Amino acid sequence: MIEMKNVSKWYGATQVLNDCSLNIDKGEVVVVCGPSGSGKSTLIKTINALEPVQKGEIWVDGVAVHDRATNLPKLRSRVGMVFQHFELFPHLTVTDNLTIAQMKVLGRGQDEAKQRGLKMLERVGLTAHKDKFPGQLSGGQQQRVAIARALSMDPIVMLFDEPTSALDPEMVGEVLDVMVGLAAEGMTMMVVTHEMGFARKVSNRVIFMDVGGHILEDTSKDEFFGNIEARQPRTREFLNKILPH
Amino acid sequence: MTYWQDIWDRWQFLWDDRGDGVTYWQWMFSAWGYTVAVAAVSLVVALAIGCLVGTLRTVSQHRVVSALATGWVELFRNIPVLVQLFLWFFVISEIVPGMRGVPSFVLACCALGFFTSARIAEQVRAGIQALPRGQRQAALAMGFTQLQAYRYVILPQTFRIIIPPLTSEAMNIVKNSSVAFAVSIPELISFAMQTQEETSRGIEVYLAATVLYIITALAISWFMSILEKRARVPGLSSQGQGAH
Ligand SMILES: Nc1ncnc2c1ncn2[C@@H]1O[C@H](COP(=O)(O)OP(=O)(O)OP(=O)(O)O)[C@@H](O)[C@H]1O
Ligand SMILES: [Mg+2]
Repeated sequence: MIEMKNVSKWYGATQVLNDCSLNIDKGEVVVVCGPSGSGKSTLIKTINALEPVQKGEIWVDGVAVHDRATNLPKLRSRVGMVFQHFELFPHLTVTDNLTIAQMKVLGRGQDEAKQRGLKMLERVGLTAHKDKFPGQLSGGQQQRVAIARALSMDPIVMLFDEPTSALDPEMVGEVLDVMVGLAAEGMTMMVVTHEMGFARKVSNRVIFMDVGGHILEDTSKDEFFGNIEARQPRTREFLNKILPH
Repeated sequence: MTYWQDIWDRWQFLWDDRGDGVTYWQWMFSAWGYTVAVAAVSLVVALAIGCLVGTLRTVSQHRVVSALATGWVELFRNIPVLVQLFLWFFVISEIVPGMRGVPSFVLACCALGFFTSARIAEQVRAGIQALPRGQRQAALAMGFTQLQAYRYVILPQTFRIIIPPLTSEAMNIVKNSSVAFAVSIPELISFAMQTQEETSRGIEVYLAATVLYIITALAISWFMSILEKRARVPGLSSQGQGAH
């Protein structure tokens, strides 16, 4: 579904992605973790070309993302993305947030878009808030709306960039629950997160990135958590910091 | 009583005929009309160009376009408005083919409109750049084109942020419209100068003009505050910032 081949990216002279290759199959859930500044956000944003790359190839469902001729809006409309800071459109109601791209990008009619959007809102448990504005919702609620917004576009894959790290601790659970549900339904997901509980529970694979934009590890979940002795020193150091002892 | 009688008498000239069947009173209101018309047309020109140029300055993918937009802002912001007016009147209308017969009203609106467009462009640019970077990314990630991202996500939020500076620009344009007297547009200042010459009622004439400027400014401020209220989004801080 997603294939990345030898991708490198620089900001000026600093390299932020260093020869990254990975593969995500349909239905797989892949967690990406690593220290701050290691390039996790950059990596995940190359998949829908929010971050262009200078070297390498990126394929999403057979579409060459790295190709200049590719119709990026069309590709992006099929790739859902959830951001750390939610990025709901604050001047639009929840319902309008859910429908605007369906109508303007996919060309759906208002009724169809609304029906689809409200169905997704129901699935994240926020139907009661459909007429509110994002600023009137809690962080956890906003993030659930953001997930519903991405889902109403019927994406073939969902990308999450630290979806819970801007949330108060008591709201992390409600967002993770939605994501667990998605994974259970077979959605292809790439998730940048430090929620190792989530990784243990639902991921198939874990990718560890280290500073300089290296993919240091790319292993199955069981190997990653079950065989800590076999991990790279940098990975062990990182896990020691974030895992409860 | 003679004191009040005296004051009353001093304003009697307003009902006098200025010599061609038009009273000073009527002249004053037609002059006010010209002031408002010059300001309003200039403001429309300034808003249209200012929004376009300010937006283009933030389109980083096209270096040439954003450089041209920057050039526009620097050019029209840094030349005094009176000089710009004279350039339109004495230079552009003389040397540009087809500009000869253009009425001075149009030239004044071009001068004032272009001058103000540079200032509005700066406010639009600053407003766009004040939005969280993630808003543009979120819009693009949903599949919006650049144009759609501006149309549906970025600009609607920008306008909410820049209503206060736009209010002062609208007021500035009314004040600046007084330079139009220099190209013989019969607006308030030109009325005041000529009337004071003809009637020697300098105090009254300038007092009246001042009151009319103030009324105009208050009307703008009232209108903009209604606009601001209507554009206000529940749950959003008054700066129109995003959720973080
Ligand atoms: N626009 C930019 N210009 C220059 N350098 C940048 C830019 N954006 C990111 N970087 C650098 O690229 C590197 C990778 O950034 P990135 O945001 O991908 O890291 P991250 O792993 O997501 O970190 P975090 O956990 O803090 O979110 C960092 O060193 C960062 O300073
Ligand atoms: Mg990040």
